[in-house]
Amino acid sequence: MEIKVCGPGCASCEKAEKVVEAAIAAKGVKADFIKVKDFQEIAKLGIFSTPAVVVNGKVKCTGRVPKQSEVEEWIG
Amino acid sequence: MKKSTHLVRISIIGLIILVIWFVVYKQLEPFSSLLTYSLFGIKRGSHLGDAVQFFAYDTPKVMMLLTLIVFVVGMIRSFFTQDRTRKYLAGKRETAGNVMAATLGIVTPFCSCSAVPLFLGFVQAGVPLGVTFSFLIAAPMVNEIALVLLYGLLGWKVAAIYLGSGLLIAIVAGWIIGRLKLENWIEDWVQELRAGEAAVDEEKLSWRDRLDRGKEAVRDIVGKVWIYVIAGIGVGALIHGYVPQDFMASIMGKQAWWSVPAAVVVGIPMYSNAAGIVPVVEALLGKGAALGTVLAFMMSVIALSLPEMIILRKVLKPPLIAVFIIVVGSGIIFTGYLFNLII
Repeated sequence: MEIKVCGPGCASCEKAEKVVEAAIAAKGVKADFIKVKDFQEIAKLGIFSTPAVVVNGKVKCTGRVPKQSEVEEWIG
Repeated sequence: MKKSTHLVRISIIGLIILVIWFVVYKQLEPFSSLLTYSLFGIKRGSHLGDAVQFFAYDTPKVMMLLTLIVFVVGMIRSFFTQDRTRKYLAGKRETAGNVMAATLGIVTPFCSCSAVPLFLGFVQAGVPLGVTFSFLIAAPMVNEIALVLLYGLLGWKVAAIYLGSGLLIAIVAGWIIGRLKLENWIEDWVQELRAGEAAVDEEKLSWRDRLDRGKEAVRDIVGKVWIYVIAGIGVGALIHGYVPQDFMASIMGKQAWWSVPAAVVVGIPMYSNAAGIVPVVEALLGKGAALGTVLAFMMSVIALSLPEMIILRKVLKPPLIAVFIIVVGSGIIFTGYLFNLII
């Protein structure tokens, strides 16, 4: 599984990264966790508000920090 | 049925909390005098007494106002997302679009690091450049925290002036930038970008979720800015207690014509939280500084921030950033003079 967290690195983006990491650990899934910080790359994914979470190429949320329970559902 | 009784219960609890909040709020001033003059035994009218009482009154007052407003705004913002705002603005023409963008700039959740993706999204959706700038100017400039603190500390007139002039600057500056046709000063890669927007399911929020959003906002924002608030009130208290009456009149008063542009220039590299700057504003006004000058200083500190310019540099070429600073800076200077003239 491939999980991307997109965000330039502000406080909310870091929080989103932590939430996703915690969800991966809680679910015990094997996943490639990628942080996308470059604006150009983020835009190419069709994402125009950050933070955003992408699971296996599908954009799951944009412009907010997801809850851990949500992320667990996406990756479960 | 069950859902509505739930909503009723939430409303009743909310109302009770609001009443308690209001009763406590009304006791803060007598309490601060009691604390300063009776409990600490500091002489009434002394420099130290003035400073301590200012601090003891303003600290709980500002924190209570801040908590309430951040909670309410956190809830309101759960209705607005950047994606929704963009889709809405995409179909708008200039002028009307500038007005809508400036207004939406106040209520749409925004932080300086989301400025770039937001800008890309706006360009992508075909929102005119000037309309985009109206949003980008209003979002930081008309700050809901500053607005409420101005209302609480200086009254509704000052708050209304701040809101009105902030919106006007955003609308007019965006409109001017639109007229200047500066589209080729956007970085080339932005113009070449032709990605479609990813489809994301809109989340469905219940009232309980929205309440949670409010609580999260309080924990997040109040947890982060309280230190700025205390520092701001500390500086304010020192000014209030020790700076001689009317001292500020000579350097920040109406007669000093150069003080408005100077306040703007000094404000650009300064970066403070809106919550920290308002107590300082309050104290400066108390010492004879002119309202227009002080507002200009505050707007410059909040709206023209160096970190945001650096982030925007990734999508805008330097001349466009310069135009942005000049247009917004002139708008602030104009407002400063205007209020010094009429008040």
